Amino acid sequence: MSRLVRMDRTGHTTLAEWTSGDEGSVQDAVDAFRRELDRGFFGVVTTGPGKAEMVRELPVDAELVIMRQPISGG
Amino acid sequence: MLRRHGWLWTLTMVAHTVPFLVAAGGMVLLEPLAFPVSLAAVAHAWIIPELYAQRGANVVRPKRRRGAPPAEEPDRIALGLLGDLLDHETRTMMHRTGLVLERGTLGVWVVGEAGALLVHPGGRRVHCWCVRVDDPDLPAGDRIAHLLLALRADEEGFATVANQAFAGARWRVRRRLAAHQRPALEAAAKG
Repeated sequence: MSRLVRMDRTGHTTLAEWTSGDEGSVQDAVDAFRRELDRGFFGVVTTGPGKAEMVRELPVDAELVIMRQPISGG
Repeated sequence: MLRRHGWLWTLTMVAHTVPFLVAAGGMVLLEPLAFPVSLAAVAHAWIIPELYAQRGANVVRPKRRRGAPPAEEPDRIALGLLGDLLDHETRTMMHRTGLVLERGTLGVWVVGEAGALLVHPGGRRVHCWCVRVDDPDLPAGDRIAHLLLALRADEEGFATVANQAFAGARWRVRRRLAAHQRPALEAAAKG
């Protein structure tokens, strides 16, 4: 089971869960992912120890996709 | 780029301190009775780099929240997610110091809630970067996770977005960190 989570003031919120064989759940996750992108969030997946990648499309085979907000210089 | 920034900071420190030291020496040579004033000039030469180092160390200082204290549950959940992104050793260090160590191509990063320290290879120089996610209501763990994921995805972009608060000797920054945070900087210096 893969998860799409958004880091927010609750700690994090699970936006969608899907399995790659279940087209309905995948589509729900894709829609949720796009909604977050439209809100200005970035999608990030871990690609190995100490490695992460920003994604513009939901990687269906990823176990965990995290939505984060932009960062800026303080 | 980092090397150049480091040299610029060194030059800045020299430009701030040498005139005071020269003035202090000159005053004593010209008039020994001016010794107290020359002492004040030496104090200025000493305190200016310390103030800059304090500014640098402040980037990883835990942020005080305005208003009511943060709820425990979101903090716990956020720390859980952050812990999932770390290996065992780094997670232990995070619980101990509140800071996350991350090895990158530019050096070893020490990531806090609102900034990061980059320990240059060799461990002598530290670059202090002020960078944050602009949501005051995020739990501390989420703030660190935001910075960590941004750093992992694009290390050079992270250093470009961040504002450099200070770059200088590790010992100078170390003295300005809270005691519980110092082991993170020492571990970063060991690579």
